[in-house]
Amino acid sequence: MTTESIIWLIPLPPVLAFFLIVLFTNRNKGLSHSIAVGAAFLSWLGSMVVFWRAIHTPELGEHPFTSAINWLPMGNSWFTIGIQIDPLSAATLFFVAWTILMIFIYSVGYHNYGQPAGDHDRPGLPPHGATIVDEQGHKHKVPSIEPMYSRFFAFIGLFAFGMYLLVLSDNMLTLFVGWEIMGLCSYLLIGFWYAKPSARAAMIKAFMTTRVGDVFMLLGIAYLYSQTGTLNYRNIFYNEEILRELASTPSYIAGLSAAGLIGLLLFIGAVGKSAQFPLHVWLPDAMEGPTPVSAMIHAATMVSAGVYMVIRIFPLLTAGAGHGVMTSTMLIISIIGAGTALFAATIAVAQNDIKRVLAYSTISQLGYMMAAVGIGAYVAAAFHLITHAFFKALLFLGSGSVIHGMEHGVLHTGEEIDPQNMLNMGGLRKKMPITFWTFLIGGFALSGFPLITAGFWSKDEILSEAFGNAHWVVFVTLALAALLTAFYTMRQITLTFLGKPRTKSAEHAQETPWTMTMPLVILAVFAVAAGWVGIPEHFPVIGGIIPNWFHSFVGSTLLEEPEAVSFNAIPLLTSLVVALGGLWLGWMVYKKFKAGETDPLENWLGSIYPVLKNKYYVDELYDVVFIKPAIWFSEVFTYLWMDRKVIDGILHAIAFVAYQLGSIFRNYFDKPIVNGSGDLVANVTKSTGRSLRVMQTGRVQQYMVMALFGFITISGLMFYLIQRLILR
Amino acid sequence: MIPLSWYLIFAAALFCIGLFGVLSRKNAIAILMGIELMLNSVNVNLLAFWRYLNPNFVAGQVFTVIVFAVAASEVAVGLALIISIYRRRSTIVAEEINLLKY
Repeated sequence: MTTESIIWLIPLPPVLAFFLIVLFTNRNKGLSHSIAVGAAFLSWLGSMVVFWRAIHTPELGEHPFTSAINWLPMGNSWFTIGIQIDPLSAATLFFVAWTILMIFIYSVGYHNYGQPAGDHDRPGLPPHGATIVDEQGHKHKVPSIEPMYSRFFAFIGLFAFGMYLLVLSDNMLTLFVGWEIMGLCSYLLIGFWYAKPSARAAMIKAFMTTRVGDVFMLLGIAYLYSQTGTLNYRNIFYNEEILRELASTPSYIAGLSAAGLIGLLLFIGAVGKSAQFPLHVWLPDAMEGPTPVSAMIHAATMVSAGVYMVIRIFPLLTAGAGHGVMTSTMLIISIIGAGTALFAATIAVAQNDIKRVLAYSTISQLGYMMAAVGIGAYVAAAFHLITHAFFKALLFLGSGSVIHGMEHGVLHTGEEIDPQNMLNMGGLRKKMPITFWTFLIGGFALSGFPLITAGFWSKDEILSEAFGNAHWVVFVTLALAALLTAFYTMRQITLTFLGKPRTKSAEHAQETPWTMTMPLVILAVFAVAAGWVGIPEHFPVIGGIIPNWFHSFVGSTLLEEPEAVSFNAIPLLTSLVVALGGLWLGWMVYKKFKAGETDPLENWLGSIYPVLKNKYYVDELYDVVFIKPAIWFSEVFTYLWMDRKVIDGILHAIAFVAYQLGSIFRNYFDKPIVNGSGDLVANVTKSTGRSLRVMQTGRVQQYMVMALFGFITISGLMFYLIQRLILR
Repeated sequence: MIPLSWYLIFAAALFCIGLFGVLSRKNAIAILMGIELMLNSVNVNLLAFWRYLNPNFVAGQVFTVIVFAVAASEVAVGLALIISIYRRRSTIVAEEINLLKY
């Protein structure tokens, strides 16, 4: 098969799986997950073949695999549906395929396949556990299977379709279609346990917040189309002429060029999707969804899509600026990115929910990538995107495994504690060794543990690019964020796995089944190995042993291949210090943490701690600024005044007039004239019939008399007439 | 010779008597007798017209004979029916023979 036809086929199995499960197999849980995982496997297989061929194609950047069919006629041109694999999308496809397959497999274990149905489980609520009786007659509480098991696999199948569509697309329009499909799936899956009010609120919040970004993104796409007449990546981003033209066209808004404004609008879309400040509020709440969803949608793939899109439009952002010069759009992107990285990292420090820490960490790391794009570190951003997807998926799945183990303990002991709260854990190292080691690898990769982990290489590259191009503010902000990242990661690891169990449930936690640990191990391998492809060539000692393949591969996506920054010891030392320092600090502060104590940070930070704990009160601010006025507006103005008074009033007036008119017609036209004439006909017929009835005696002799008189009358008449008229 | 119109007046009178009998009598036999009178008044007409207008043609006489035959057979059937009704219902008043009415 040609590579193009394989690429066309990649997104199809998951969407077929979605329809199969929804329409036919949703009663059969085993069959449903087999179909979904099988579909994910097929897509994975296709992706790997495509990736393999892509890295063996010389000059892929200049001659990507492309194919397109016409879709919507637009005057003289067409909107197309097309696929394109260039180095950037090949690299993205690689991690997308791996994480999706791993998370599909993980979901089987996470939703307790093979366990009995729960005692009181209802669709729309997480499983509460089932009671089983063993051979000795003892009763045990064990985890129970998710009641809406098949539905989950259908949704993530549709999601996988959206993500593959987005990655493989060759134009902004189909990218946007995939983008919105994922938005829908995100909504459905955050609210997967829809009977929980918090999940319902979170799903609406996520959908509404990303919608804000999406509207701007759609505007950006429309502007791009009106300026260039095409939405194809290659026609725009690989075309110096169009880029120069866009950069020289003024947009009349804030002194930006058309390219700058389009870039800004599209970036706002990514701000919504990738949860950057100020649209980051939905992502932590999105942790209401099942953990595989958090791992796949809200860490590895969908939120990465925003960054992927910004990396994709990179030529547009830099258009018109010389090498190393930032356009104002890039300046905004780097400020928001770096600001979000630090901002979210500070919040993560004060969170106790294991998944919320990771959620803020995701926001922070996405901010890193945005900042990298902003300072023009194209390859570094893509590199961090990929390594982050692996280790953050790993961390989320690990946290899911921890929660699962804790839930097991909670069911076993019957304690009433929150199995997601890290203060209730501790000492899980011995209970869940595989989860511990993989989580440790993921955590170290996140903190950028030197030399061996993937996170180190990608983060180091961003820092050295920031340093090398003299973006001091960004550099310092990111370095601080990295320090905090290492700190909260170690805090998390220490609180969760090290020390002694702080609750009975933690004592009785249990390692999760192989369907959950196997993906952890595979992702852990990538969390380490994914970094090796991008080791800078000038790095001391080990630089150049493995060629910096990633840089030249992904860099070739651009018209002008970016140069690697020269090696400098300061950023390297900085990342060493912040990573190791943060980890050491985290360990020192929390190693002696005991059950029932307050968080040491609470004492040190004093009045700042509640601010961090409450996420800088952004939610409260939005509540006051946007939500309350909106509710007031809808209730008082729209409902009570506009709807009830004005519109209802008009309607009631119309109804009154119509009613009056109707009764006039009824009393003066319908009743006397229409009914009257109808009745008249009937009455005349009736009385005629009544008077003629006398003749119907039933006696033949009378009839004959009548016939005789009739005959005589008629013949007399005729005789008379003949006499008068004819015979005259 | 007696003029034709006398015969016709006689026949008409006979027909009217017969018709009166048919229309006014209750007794089924009397009604049958009225019908006979009407048929015979027609016969008188036929014979009178034959004799006065076309005495060379035999058709008038033949017609009369046929009417006799029909009248005889009709009376035979009619009387048989009336006797049969009388045996079953002990009446020959036409109004009371009303089984098939309503």
